[in-house]
Amino acid sequence: MAGADSRAVGALLHRANGLPRLWPVLLLLAVAAIAALAVAVLVGSVPVSTAELWAVLRGEGEPLHRSLILELRLPRALAALATGALLSLAGALMQVLLRNPLADPYVLGLSGGAAVGALTAMLGGLGGAVVSGSAFVGALVSAVTVFGLAHGTGSWTPTRLLLTGVVVAAGWGAVITFMLAVGPSDRLPGMLYWLMGDLAYARSPWPALLALGLSLAVVLPLGRSLNVLARGPLQAAALGLAVRPLEWTVYIAASLLTAFAVTTAGSVGFVGLVVPHMLRLVLGNDQRLILPAAALAGGALLTLADTLARTIIAPEQLPVGVITALLGVPTFLFLLYRSR
Amino acid sequence: MATLAAQDLVIDIPGRDDGRPLTFTLQPGQVWGVLGPNGAGKTTLLHTLAGLRSPRRGSVLLNGEKLQRLRRRQIAQQLAVVFQERQDGFPATVLETTMIGRHPFLAPWDVETGEDLQLARDALARLQLQGLEQRLVSTLSGGERQRLAIATALAQTPQLWLADEPSNHLDLRHQVAVMELICEQAAAGCAALLCLHDINLAARWCSHLLLLYPSGEACWGEAPAMLELAALERLYGQSLRTAEIDGARFFVPAANAGTP
Repeated sequence: MAGADSRAVGALLHRANGLPRLWPVLLLLAVAAIAALAVAVLVGSVPVSTAELWAVLRGEGEPLHRSLILELRLPRALAALATGALLSLAGALMQVLLRNPLADPYVLGLSGGAAVGALTAMLGGLGGAVVSGSAFVGALVSAVTVFGLAHGTGSWTPTRLLLTGVVVAAGWGAVITFMLAVGPSDRLPGMLYWLMGDLAYARSPWPALLALGLSLAVVLPLGRSLNVLARGPLQAAALGLAVRPLEWTVYIAASLLTAFAVTTAGSVGFVGLVVPHMLRLVLGNDQRLILPAAALAGGALLTLADTLARTIIAPEQLPVGVITALLGVPTFLFLLYRSR
Repeated sequence: MATLAAQDLVIDIPGRDDGRPLTFTLQPGQVWGVLGPNGAGKTTLLHTLAGLRSPRRGSVLLNGEKLQRLRRRQIAQQLAVVFQERQDGFPATVLETTMIGRHPFLAPWDVETGEDLQLARDALARLQLQGLEQRLVSTLSGGERQRLAIATALAQTPQLWLADEPSNHLDLRHQVAVMELICEQAAAGCAALLCLHDINLAARWCSHLLLLYPSGEACWGEAPAMLELAALERLYGQSLRTAEIDGARFFVPAANAGTP
């Protein structure tokens, strides 16, 4: 049964010559992402009908609906879309870079650095843009530290990068625990929400969307090269790849993507690990398909998860990271169980 | 027609003396066999000739140009490497794996054409892997994987072949098939250098031999002149017996192992 299913999926996803069909899948995921955006805008404490949404998008409609949609819901939905896409793309890139399917955007300690930055700002009683800026700086400090240390005296291997990242992440973890332990109790909920990832902090979606657009433009043409890199550095070099520059590009791109994501929404877990992995289970491992598909699917997932997070126990809001994990864990385990 | 030349080349093996610098040229039509015991540096030599490792001294020239001056892509359009060890990375099908042999010829936005696909399919058929196109590489046997690696190199349409123990894991029929494939390529104007463990495969199919000693000493030349019993016994530290079958010399290890 499972075999017949996967063959049917295979026929849908692959041309008769065995090469992947890109457009059906990407079109489907793009439609899903737009649908997720629409749902995010329509659903909430004040329901909006599709007719009203359409009126507002054409520049008409009531002022109340206009401000609700254009100033509150749409920016937050776009921020969720961009964050999910950034994390998912970063995860897919890290998995190729480290040639390890268990890698995620945070595996090299980036989120730890960002968290220490953000929590420091919060402890100082600062809010808003300062928290975001501080998180961004923390993420970059962590990325540079890990890469510099892993580079060491010359040899640079995925294992060494991974180990360095994991140890640096553990160091950040200790600092975070220390900050939570000494932090005044009235600031703790905000700090915990940030740590779990919460789009209520999202201020403007534009930096994240811009980062997403730029990185897609850089990374998508590298898809086939990344397929070759996944075969190992020697084989890749023998097939004409300039391995070191490519690895640098991927590392910098993944770090910036993650830094923008955590700056927008805190460290939302799970999306970056599981979305690329789920897509690999279903679509195979052609990075030309996986990278754009990961961006679209990650964006759609986080948009829906955030909609749930702000409606499920309204007017209270849950951190979106809780929802992504609660939705993603069973789905992922099911796919893994079914896979060959 | 491409040539690959080693010029006063000393491969970099940590803790080993320079030994004798290597100077030779792979000319179109030649098949070179590299013989040597474990750890003699056969793989290091092959990687150095492919430009994947820096030599300690000397240089490698592709059509008269130093490898370091060329971009990897230019090299890969002429030179294919069959590795002894392979990383699987992410699961991939047999056809996808063969298709990466076309990578050096495609620009970033290019998608493989029907012509690339035909080359890949022909390469698979040549290595008797047809019908396995959609199988995952991880489900193949060791010999099938070895043939897949050679098919990937064949799809790369190289002028120069560098193959590290291409007969590894292969049954007798496929060992012969692979050696015949390499000789066929050479007859069509390619040059090849193969690291081999089987003296008899080398004796039968190689036009030139390079004997690599663990000390860094080396000697090379046309195959018939290099197949000296004493030199081979010293190379492997193993006494050998030789016999003639149908006019060709064959070497087998003597029953009682011992240094000659």
